[in-house]
Amino acid sequence: MSDFFAMGGYGTYVWSAYSLSFVVLVAIVWFARRNLANTRERLKRQRLSSQERTP
Amino acid sequence: MWTWFHKLASPPHFYRTATVLEPWLFWPALILLGIGLYGGLIVAPADYMQGDGYRIIYVHVPSSYLSMFSYVTMAVASAIGLIWRMKLAFCVAVACAPIGAAFTFLSLVTGAIWGQPMWGTWWVWDPRLTSQLILFFLYLGYMFLRQALAETRQADRASGVLAVVGVVNIPIIHFSVEWWNSLHQPASLSKLEAPSIAADMLWPLLVMILAYQLLMLALLMTGIRAQVLEREKNARWVGELIGREGRGA
Amino acid sequence: MISAFLLVLRRELTVAVRRWSDLVMPLMFFIIVCTLFPLAVGQDIEMLNNIGPGAIWVAALLATLLSLNSLFRDDFEDGTLEQLALDKEPLSFMLLAKTIAHWLVTELPLVVLSPVLVLAFGMPVDAIPGLVLTLLAGTPALSLIGSVGAALTAGLRQASGLLALLLLPLTVPVLIFGARAADLAASGQSIAGPLYLLGGISVLALTLAPFATAAAVRVSLD
Repeated sequence: MSDFFAMGGYGTYVWSAYSLSFVVLVAIVWFARRNLANTRERLKRQRLSSQERTP
Repeated sequence: MWTWFHKLASPPHFYRTATVLEPWLFWPALILLGIGLYGGLIVAPADYMQGDGYRIIYVHVPSSYLSMFSYVTMAVASAIGLIWRMKLAFCVAVACAPIGAAFTFLSLVTGAIWGQPMWGTWWVWDPRLTSQLILFFLYLGYMFLRQALAETRQADRASGVLAVVGVVNIPIIHFSVEWWNSLHQPASLSKLEAPSIAADMLWPLLVMILAYQLLMLALLMTGIRAQVLEREKNARWVGELIGREGRGA
Repeated sequence: MISAFLLVLRRELTVAVRRWSDLVMPLMFFIIVCTLFPLAVGQDIEMLNNIGPGAIWVAALLATLLSLNSLFRDDFEDGTLEQLALDKEPLSFMLLAKTIAHWLVTELPLVVLSPVLVLAFGMPVDAIPGLVLTLLAGTPALSLIGSVGAALTAGLRQASGLLALLLLPLTVPVLIFGARAADLAASGQSIAGPLYLLGGISVLALTLAPFATAAAVRVSLD
């Protein structure tokens, strides 16, 4: 198991590359979904406030 | 065929299609990512020249490929938008930019991390690395130009022109950098040019590329949905969509 | 069409001569940037010799960038661009006249001045024709590519940083071939290869850039 993490001496490089890729991919998925959710939320609020003004 | 095309060009239909496709792209991407990682980290044998260091290839090559794929998609979508005045095409182009920039960034950084043990330095002015860096600047320019132009219609068309100009330039940039490199760089990269790649090393790479591709498309769908909603915010179907959701919750 | 083209060209040149400070500014900038290199890297003549061609090219690129900021700004604000866009003459052709005028008033003085800088960097006198040729072949591409960026940012207030971000990546090939050809000229070798490539880029830019500029101007006028 420790052999696997050592990666024949290249462990630092391999794992930093993989973990960075992981972090960036998770980040862009998260940002894209949050952006969509925020847009919907904002539009919903806008609709509600405009409905109140013109009943 | 044409009815299909016309249907796709209507925002509500486009939105629904993207919504339906999104999970069908996202979950297979995750499954393939798991298979690819298993193959790349465990099944594939160590390289006889680079030991286990070469395993960075499984995250580096897919992001490099997608950085270019995203740019071409962005430029083609922009061209369609400019020529046929199709607003939905711009939704695709806009959604491509941050995804492509992220993949370009990943490609640059994983390349540098790979370079350190292999070449003994974080950065070499290798043609591929240099072209990637310029590509990254092109993405940044696209996004900053959009940022600077407040009006959506204007931002769409201006950034569209920029994307098309950029895609004409990319082959020239790539050629010039390669030509420049052949004069300045002694052949230090030859050890990366493996003559042939073992099947056990190859299939995880292909699986990873496919996984990244599907993930990119899933992200694109999410981005497109946000764009379509934003642009169609005063349309009735958006009101119905959001209203329905409100009652359901 | 030709007469309209010449009319625009003449008008641009007249305006440029009247506002000669705008004309001199990029030139001063060019000289100052070239002065900074010896101050920064030291006065070792061999070193200056080596970096000279590249430094002159980088300075020319930056000076062009500086001058592009105002290429369409005034015409955008006083409505001249709108007039051109509404005119029956093709907009791309009229904008090409403006771009050529820009080349004549900003790039040509740089080219004329460059021999002095060749000597300032301690490069041999023989290198002068070569360097002048590379600048002659490459700077039209800078003006043409630059006009696209200037048109895209014409309506924006603080656009200089954005303009640099948009244009510098696109001018990389010109810089590479130009600096390389100048380098060959300085060491007394044949510059034919990169010079042809440079000319090729300029011709390509000449055929494509006016249409992109016209499209960009129409967007900015929107």
